[in-house]
Amino acid sequence: MAKVLMKGNEAIGAAAIEAGCKYFFGYPITPQSELPEYMARELPKIGGIFLQAESEIAAINMVYGAAGAGARVMTSSSSPGISLKQEGITYIAGAELPCVIVNIMRGGPGLGSIQPSQTDYFQATRGGGNGDYRVVVLAPSNVQELVDLVIEGFDIADQYRNPVMILGDGMIGQMMEPVEFKKPKSRDLPEKDWATTGTGGKRKPNIINSLYLEAEELEEHNKKLQAKYNTIKENEVKVESYNIENADVVIAAYGTTARIAKTAISQLEKEGYKVGLIRPITLWPYPYDEFEKINDKCKGILTVEMNTGQMVDDVKIAVKGKYPVHFYGRTGGMVPTPGEIVEKVKKIYGGEI
Amino acid sequence: MAVVFEKTKGLTDVETHYCPGCTHGIIHRLVAEVLEELGVLDETIGVAPVGCSVLAYKYFNCDMHEAAHGRAPAVATGIKRVRPENFVFTYQGDGDLASIGTAEIVHAAHRGEKISTIFVNNAIYGMTGGQMAPTTLVGQKATTAPYGRDEKHCGKPIRIAEMLATIDGAKFVERVTVTSPAHVRKAKKAIKECFQVQLEGKGFGIVEVLSTCPTNWGLTPVEALKWLEDNMIPYYPLGNFRRPEEVVSSIQK
Repeated sequence: MAKVLMKGNEAIGAAAIEAGCKYFFGYPITPQSELPEYMARELPKIGGIFLQAESEIAAINMVYGAAGAGARVMTSSSSPGISLKQEGITYIAGAELPCVIVNIMRGGPGLGSIQPSQTDYFQATRGGGNGDYRVVVLAPSNVQELVDLVIEGFDIADQYRNPVMILGDGMIGQMMEPVEFKKPKSRDLPEKDWATTGTGGKRKPNIINSLYLEAEELEEHNKKLQAKYNTIKENEVKVESYNIENADVVIAAYGTTARIAKTAISQLEKEGYKVGLIRPITLWPYPYDEFEKINDKCKGILTVEMNTGQMVDDVKIAVKGKYPVHFYGRTGGMVPTPGEIVEKVKKIYGGEI
Repeated sequence: MAVVFEKTKGLTDVETHYCPGCTHGIIHRLVAEVLEELGVLDETIGVAPVGCSVLAYKYFNCDMHEAAHGRAPAVATGIKRVRPENFVFTYQGDGDLASIGTAEIVHAAHRGEKISTIFVNNAIYGMTGGQMAPTTLVGQKATTAPYGRDEKHCGKPIRIAEMLATIDGAKFVERVTVTSPAHVRKAKKAIKECFQVQLEGKGFGIVEVLSTCPTNWGLTPVEALKWLEDNMIPYYPLGNFRRPEEVVSSIQK
């Protein structure tokens, strides 16, 4: 299939439809509204349903119902709206249902701004709602990768019966790039024999539920969830790394920020600096092991984010105190420039920080 | 020997957790009997609430989905939009539907969502131990209204049936009770008519059932029935607020 030029938010919709998603429940919020608008336009053409809910809370609970009924289903929002969805997300995780949730992040806290940011890293990677649970968090850094991850995200969700979150920032949602729609790697997906379809008089009732009143039962349920999360950690880590075997400084960055870091790295290389990159593509499960491959002489790690320092905690966990971990971030909708990153790397080189 | 009564196939054999004298048991039975009589039990998906009837998913003998507090109409919307051929109902209490879930019920009705709601109103939060509900009567005592509900402080109780009857998408709205055999029969008829509205694809339907809570009202089961009739019915009048004419004719046949 030939490449087409698409805006990130619309490409998400096209990828979801390509993956067989026929149901979308949403609520408007900047900077992601092109996605529900795209679905409102396209889903009726394929016999699907787009429904604008009365709130983000209602939208995610509609997703909960639709996922329970066995459908591939998506919702999307941006930071404050994702906070409202956390109630539904924890129920979906607890009841072990598959769905894909898109967060096109904007500045916070509170109403914050409508400018791009990466301030929901903590919320996304630590579950977000109440209880011990995780969602698989996929962080694309270009529109092609966004499309690939949305398509694969539905398979991951179905394979593990778990919510998958696409975590992008306002920039990736708004930028236009050429994309093609490719089939993801083939997976052995389980039958949805747990779905509420009506018994048809042929089986015992199926019950979708996250309530376990007996302490022993809930502990067992949590152990089962943790075992599943461990399997996901073993199978689903995605990371891109560059030159970490030789680099004197390694930058850790994801999403749009990683693209800016790449520009900074090529600038630094022209000046003779050896700089590597670790770009987590899955933020949960986090590619901790990748940091083991960094060479022993590395002077330090620089984490770059569009927030005041969130992924930097995971970088510290990953390097186990072996290297100094530095942080550079812009926030509130401000975007780090390659020049700012170059300057910071040079300071680490010179032992100034 | 002639069989004069059989337990409906619409209920499981699980013993319920309801308090003695609580009318949830009767209402469960009526819903289940209607599902069986309409021949839709095998294609039914029920949505259970949070509150006293949180465990309803164990009692109804059909596919069930346990929702978050107040969100049953949204969950039911998701199910019905994916499976329009299935019969979908929600079973909710007054804390669930009339307080935290007002947005969900109003908008499900407003969209004319083809689902049916059984709304059990006992004027109190039962499961959490007798706190004031939006439906608690003025002067009625509750653990969070120890001096009785003060109208100046928290307003008058909310009348859900009357409110939903103003919404075009709500095609069937009726308030019933189950305090006597005659009322039980009328309640069952209303539930059947309400479910028929969904089966005929007409839109949203709700039956509000005035119910007792002897435990949290601090009354015996018999006293509770009388208290309901003396105090709740005058404020929450029984009767039909909305029905599509065609449904009426098909039921009367």
